[in-house]
Amino acid sequence: MTNDNQLLRFTTAGSVDDGKSTLIGRLLYDSKSLLQDQLTAVKRVSKKSNGENIDLALFTDGLKDERAQGITIDVAYRYFTTTKRKFIIADAPGHIQYTRNMITAASTANAVVLLIDATIGVVEQTKRHSFITSLLQIPHLIVCINKMDLVDYSESVFNEIVSQFQAFCSKLLINDIRFIPICALNGDNIVKRSSKIEWYQEAPLLHTLESLHIGSDINKVDARLPIQTIFDHPLKKQSEYLAYAGRISSGIFRKGDEITVLPSGLTSSIKTINVSEAKLNEAYTPMSVSVTLTDNLDISRGDMIVRSNNKPSITQELEVMLCWLNTKKASLQSNYIIRHTTNEHLGIIEEIVYKYDIDTLNRLTENNQIETNDIARVKLKLNKPIMVDPFRINRSTGSIILIDCKTNETVAAGMII
Amino acid sequence: MREVWAQFQNPVILFSGGKDSIVTTHLAKKAFHPCPVPFSLLHVDTGHNFEETIEFRDKLVNKLGLNLIVGSVQQAIDKGLVAEEQGQRPTRNTLQIGTLLDVIKNHKIDCAVGGARRDEDKSRAKERFFSHRNDVGQWDPKNQRPELWHLFNGKHSTGEHFRVFPLSNWTELDVWTYIQREQIEVPSLYLSHKREVIWRDNAWIPFSEHLILEENEEVLTKNIRFRTLGDITITGGIESEADTVDKVCQEVSTMRFSERGNRSDDKRSETSMEDRKREGYF
Repeated sequence: MTNDNQLLRFTTAGSVDDGKSTLIGRLLYDSKSLLQDQLTAVKRVSKKSNGENIDLALFTDGLKDERAQGITIDVAYRYFTTTKRKFIIADAPGHIQYTRNMITAASTANAVVLLIDATIGVVEQTKRHSFITSLLQIPHLIVCINKMDLVDYSESVFNEIVSQFQAFCSKLLINDIRFIPICALNGDNIVKRSSKIEWYQEAPLLHTLESLHIGSDINKVDARLPIQTIFDHPLKKQSEYLAYAGRISSGIFRKGDEITVLPSGLTSSIKTINVSEAKLNEAYTPMSVSVTLTDNLDISRGDMIVRSNNKPSITQELEVMLCWLNTKKASLQSNYIIRHTTNEHLGIIEEIVYKYDIDTLNRLTENNQIETNDIARVKLKLNKPIMVDPFRINRSTGSIILIDCKTNETVAAGMII
Repeated sequence: MREVWAQFQNPVILFSGGKDSIVTTHLAKKAFHPCPVPFSLLHVDTGHNFEETIEFRDKLVNKLGLNLIVGSVQQAIDKGLVAEEQGQRPTRNTLQIGTLLDVIKNHKIDCAVGGARRDEDKSRAKERFFSHRNDVGQWDPKNQRPELWHLFNGKHSTGEHFRVFPLSNWTELDVWTYIQREQIEVPSLYLSHKREVIWRDNAWIPFSEHLILEENEEVLTKNIRFRTLGDITITGGIESEADTVDKVCQEVSTMRFSERGNRSDDKRSETSMEDRKREGYF
């Protein structure tokens, strides 16, 4: 329902105690996005647990266990609006066992705000989270060096951490990286420019978020419509009205376009594009539409309508970068359910090509086990073909999830290479 | 919506008569046009409803030709599934949980689509779009399935079910702007009207036969509108002159108090919503 030009989704990442929840609390508080009664409730609890100041983290650390342990254990979503943009924040946890939630939070994000503790510098989680940002092809990374007050707002400490980070991330594929020195607790460089950090001349965090260019982040080139379901008009004979419904995962479709249905390869052209009662001349991602065609074709859920002059590849064998999210190790013998667009097929992991050492980004070929939080390149074999594009050019037709056949849990996320 | 239809055998829409469930039903109508909405509506009836809500529900069901399932709290009490609250200011809010889970079991419902939004409460902020419930209907926030891109995993074993929340990323203002744009009909309770109320817990609680007056409480007539609709015993109204949808949109965009701030069920403790959600509330 929201206009995508104005909406920015970002996720926060970083290690435990880097101050993510405090940062979000500060953003909401300083941009006056908090409501009176929420404020009162937090003030009341802050007094109960630790004295005078408002504990900004309490605005986001919602679940009981989190308050007790002082860490965020699940993704919490927050919404706020400024005069320039509307924001969805996914507050992702820093604790290592919850890395899978960072992946959940980041998979739909335009930007990642990554926190580094100025008193500690780059740590394993920093590397892991930047690596995930790069893997998931999040277009923008904003690195906030937090707790600058504890290092006397020192420019040299800031520069030292920036060069540490740059040394590491030169191996990553992130187009847009920025660095901001902040103090979330006191509000330095969050909404307002800090008077204590005069050596930093760039914009504070909120302004940076408001002005990120996100218009070119979506794929407008490759027209893909994975079919979710088929509509038979209840009042007409089937031959007279058949509409194919789905969410356009990338590109633009226009009335009259020559299309091919995959995997069958049958061709036709688009007669109408419908959104509820309205008929449109063109529709684009991420709209949910139904289309009718000039010919009667045998189409079912899982098929994909594409423009005839731009087709994805049809394959049963995939090379995939896998993020393993489950506590149970990956098995090379068992079948997994592989979900891709609106398709679901059985498949097996045929081979582990290599695994990443997150610290060094070196490829490990010796170790052939995939455990929680591991990132590995694997070969998959499916029992039926699917229509795919590489993840780097198409986030939606290039992504899969693996589901355990016994527990039904989502065990891994995969990016098609 | 279409994903739910494709992935589940027997999905329903949880219909409270509130604006979020009305918008959810409207989305379903749009998603399947020109076919009829393929879901039944499920209403958990506490017996403590606003009359207007029930009238509105029946009208909508007729208009869209839907099947309506009513889970009655009164019947659940009579069957001994749940017990009426004792003590001061009893409500039937928590009794909805047992009733709902009973209906879900009896009708073999494997997916309940609800209008809950993440901006409503701290614990709702952590919901997935497709949210898994175990065979006794409970939610385990620490063990939620990761949800990636737009690939929703609705796989479940027999007896388990899912709650699906298509409005997860909408805010109160989004809902109102959408109601305005699509010209969706909402119960008149959401618009300003004259009503007999009492002042309790910083909100105007509507006076009804289910309410026990306490000392120093006095019934007044005010221009009231409701921001949320729950049981008549716990839903607080606000004083407002906004008697059209346009005026409501205007009012909501400048509001300084959160929507559920007038719901006394949420004020019972700091984590009351989370506690009820773990047990199976929506």
